[in-house]
Amino acid sequence: MELELRGITKRFPGVIANEDVNLTVRSGEILGLLGENGAGKSTLMNIMYGLYSATEGEILVDGEIRAFEGPSDAIAAGIGMVHQHFMLVPVMTVAENVVLGVEPLKQKRTPWVFYGLVVATLGVLFTMLFNLFGVQEGIEGGIVALLGGFAGLVWYLHRDALDIAESRREVQEISAKYGLAVDPDALIEDLPVGLQQRVEIIKVLFREAEIIIFDEPTSVLTPQEVEEFFGIMRSLQDAGKGVVFITHKLNEINEVCDRITVLRRGKIVGETTPEESTEQGLAEMMVGRPVDLQVHKTEADPGDVVLEVQHLTVDDDRGHTVVRDVSFTVRSGEIVGVAGIQGNGQTELVEAITGLRPGISGTTVLNGEDISDGTPRHVHDAGVAHIPEDRQRMGLVLPFTVTENVILNTYHLEPFSNGTVVDWPASRAVARELIEQYDVRTPSSEVPASTLSGGNQQKVIVAREFSRAAPLVVASQPTRGIDVGSIEYIHERIVEQRDNGAAILIVSTELDEIMALSDRILVMYEGRIVAETTPGKTTTTDLGLYMAGATV
Amino acid sequence: MSDNGSGGDSEKPKRESNQKKLNMNDITGVGTSWTRALLVPALALLTALIVGAFIIAVSDLDLLALWTSNPGQALADTWGKISGAYSAMFRGAFGDLQGWSETLTLAAPLILAGLSVAVGFKAGLFNIGAEGQMVIGGLTAVVIGFSLDVPGIIHVPLAVLGGFIGGFVWGAIPGLLRAKTGAHEVITTIMLNFVALNLLTYLLKSSAIQQPGRDDARSKLIQETARLPRLLSFMDDPRLRVHLGILIALAAAGVVYWMLFKTTLGFEIRAVGANPDASRYAGMNVLWLYVAAMGLAGGLAGLAGVNPTLGLQYRATPGFSAAIGFDAIALALLGRSHPLGVVFAGILFGALRSGGQEMQAATGISIDLVLVVGALIVIFIAAPALIRSIYRVKTDDVSVSITKGIA
Repeated sequence: MELELRGITKRFPGVIANEDVNLTVRSGEILGLLGENGAGKSTLMNIMYGLYSATEGEILVDGEIRAFEGPSDAIAAGIGMVHQHFMLVPVMTVAENVVLGVEPLKQKRTPWVFYGLVVATLGVLFTMLFNLFGVQEGIEGGIVALLGGFAGLVWYLHRDALDIAESRREVQEISAKYGLAVDPDALIEDLPVGLQQRVEIIKVLFREAEIIIFDEPTSVLTPQEVEEFFGIMRSLQDAGKGVVFITHKLNEINEVCDRITVLRRGKIVGETTPEESTEQGLAEMMVGRPVDLQVHKTEADPGDVVLEVQHLTVDDDRGHTVVRDVSFTVRSGEIVGVAGIQGNGQTELVEAITGLRPGISGTTVLNGEDISDGTPRHVHDAGVAHIPEDRQRMGLVLPFTVTENVILNTYHLEPFSNGTVVDWPASRAVARELIEQYDVRTPSSEVPASTLSGGNQQKVIVAREFSRAAPLVVASQPTRGIDVGSIEYIHERIVEQRDNGAAILIVSTELDEIMALSDRILVMYEGRIVAETTPGKTTTTDLGLYMAGATV
Repeated sequence: MSDNGSGGDSEKPKRESNQKKLNMNDITGVGTSWTRALLVPALALLTALIVGAFIIAVSDLDLLALWTSNPGQALADTWGKISGAYSAMFRGAFGDLQGWSETLTLAAPLILAGLSVAVGFKAGLFNIGAEGQMVIGGLTAVVIGFSLDVPGIIHVPLAVLGGFIGGFVWGAIPGLLRAKTGAHEVITTIMLNFVALNLLTYLLKSSAIQQPGRDDARSKLIQETARLPRLLSFMDDPRLRVHLGILIALAAAGVVYWMLFKTTLGFEIRAVGANPDASRYAGMNVLWLYVAAMGLAGGLAGLAGVNPTLGLQYRATPGFSAAIGFDAIALALLGRSHPLGVVFAGILFGALRSGGQEMQAATGISIDLVLVVGALIVIFIAAPALIRSIYRVKTDDVSVSITKGIA
């Protein structure tokens, strides 16, 4: 099968998301689609999958022009998509999820039986009503008839029930064929992310896809899972499937793809192969200018202990203990990186330190002051800058202007207010200054933060937190999902804060980021710190093993 | 909508605009720019008037019969009837001094109760309890009005303040329940409405409050010193009822505007309304803010309750709140939760009421049509997608969410 996009242009009001894009995917090849966040990769794939309709251009399947009204048309044409955020029902089993929407039934539907029963039931109901309102006799008979009708309905529905045995058999068949080992009876919520992804892939294969699109599939996986995933992609390729692999990670694309297409600002800016390209060259193509992939920093010169966490234990919202007896210190002038797969207690650890979540036991001490029971404001005023993990949910009030977001946690202090009345001119002046200083790309300080790109939103948060020169900086996922240029910039600023004597705690699931930034690395697994090392003494492979719970 | 998206680690598939998820802020208008904010309410009003015209046209059987025999005449008559009704309505509302007086008289409690709901919206709370807060506020004011014996210069402010405090307390209760137990304010405020309305009927028959010598539920008359002075009393026309209430309402709108947009408290309230998680992160006491916002909302509704009691009836009667607290929800939606918008929406609703009386008198069309038009406005406001699809108004949400990714 061959899928071709010809001259695809997609315009949104005021924005061109894709412009004159030509792209071909054939069976048995892996096409890498590389681009920064916002380059238009996902828009393009959503057009391919029928979620969007193109403003201009055509989609051809085996040389024939096709119009996709929705994903169902695309699926019918043999196109499957594995979304970055899985579309699975957590309380259902693997097999149930796979067949969801196209369930094999024990028997073909026989509507006339159903309609007959409905009519009979209605008839009985009417009889009962008549009995109630006039005729006295036969009400018991009515009830009996109703029960009979109900029993018939149950029998009918049972006959038409999901054929779970058949579902399981088909799941196992696909698993075996493509090397996607997964227990068809396991509940989705019990599976690790890597296996959930396999379920998504099986889902797509179950729907007989010939071309499979993967949207940033590796962003949720551990290094080991990424390796396994590459194996799966290769086996799909061997089975004659066409694969589109969307990513912004340079090393991955070179490892697994046959061809590489680079997208920038909605246009294709280059087509190459792994043999012909280097990471540096791809990065420049993607960003449109020379970039520095290394973080430049001098040897750390740690000073006094700024943060001391001792025997900290924290529960999550459901009352499960997710941080278990964690102790560590962060000194001034050093960057401590906490590595770990998402969901191993890092989020709760940060929330406990910053006062957002009460600890069950243990203490956190900042420069000699116990802040274990501090409120977020108390912790903030004591000198903790916090770049939260989820900038849109926690770091920003999106409908608020840049100015309002800049003063979000200092509005009660001079010079932004006298405690009662906000001094807007002064606030705006500071906001404009920070926009300038931190290179935030925004038309003005008075536009809603929601209109900024992810990278610029993050810069607003970084500007707000770093402008206070706090002795401790806690940064969670400081560069998640933002463009290479902004990552480079934010990394520089973090190192600059360190050099100015701040103690810095970085929590990241990106191993490259941990390795590049940290002076010291802690690895968290199931709520405990399972390893402490330095970038010089370890490799990403070893870190990946620690993160997966292995002892090395 | 992307504003609620998590993480924003990439451009997620955004459905085309007609499939968008219902967004509360889209309805309440919290966080929209004012040009955009004006468009939908204006179109909603226009659409409601057009539908109202259609109802006028089809509700007259003689006129309908005429369409089969003489379509030309029927068209002319229909047009005449509709234009007659709407021009009578406009005349009654703004045609002369008395129209203006009546419009503003009716608008005053609507504005105050609308502000109450709007403050709730800004804090992300759905205050359905303005009616009950009005009742408690109005009753408190009446008690102060008949029990104290002081000069008017003190008595009026005291009674008005009493109304505010009564409403504040009644409003703060659901706020406290929300903060302490997580009980949703929609449920508690609705229930407290019933409590307040029945408490009123009960108290009006208690010996301390009931007018002596009467069996029915009505309070004692307030002292003359507690009456809200009529603004046009110098013209010596008893029909010019407009009183101090409208000035209180306008002043309250000004204070609410100042509070919301110039003070740290307003900043906190708006932040909590737009994103409680970020507010907590920023060190705000979200739970206390729920109490404060609900208290303020209640106080404003209490001031609304002061209007009919101290301004018109000079006593409390079982129905004095006249469902204004419920209209207030519509009004806050129409005014996009902005104090200025609420003022205009309040005057509009006041005008519909006073104009509706004139319309009924002049054309015989029931004043209930006005209620229908009011309800239609709310429907169209509450379903912005409907209005947008009727008038093909492009939303800028799509461009916003896309530019976010593009840098």
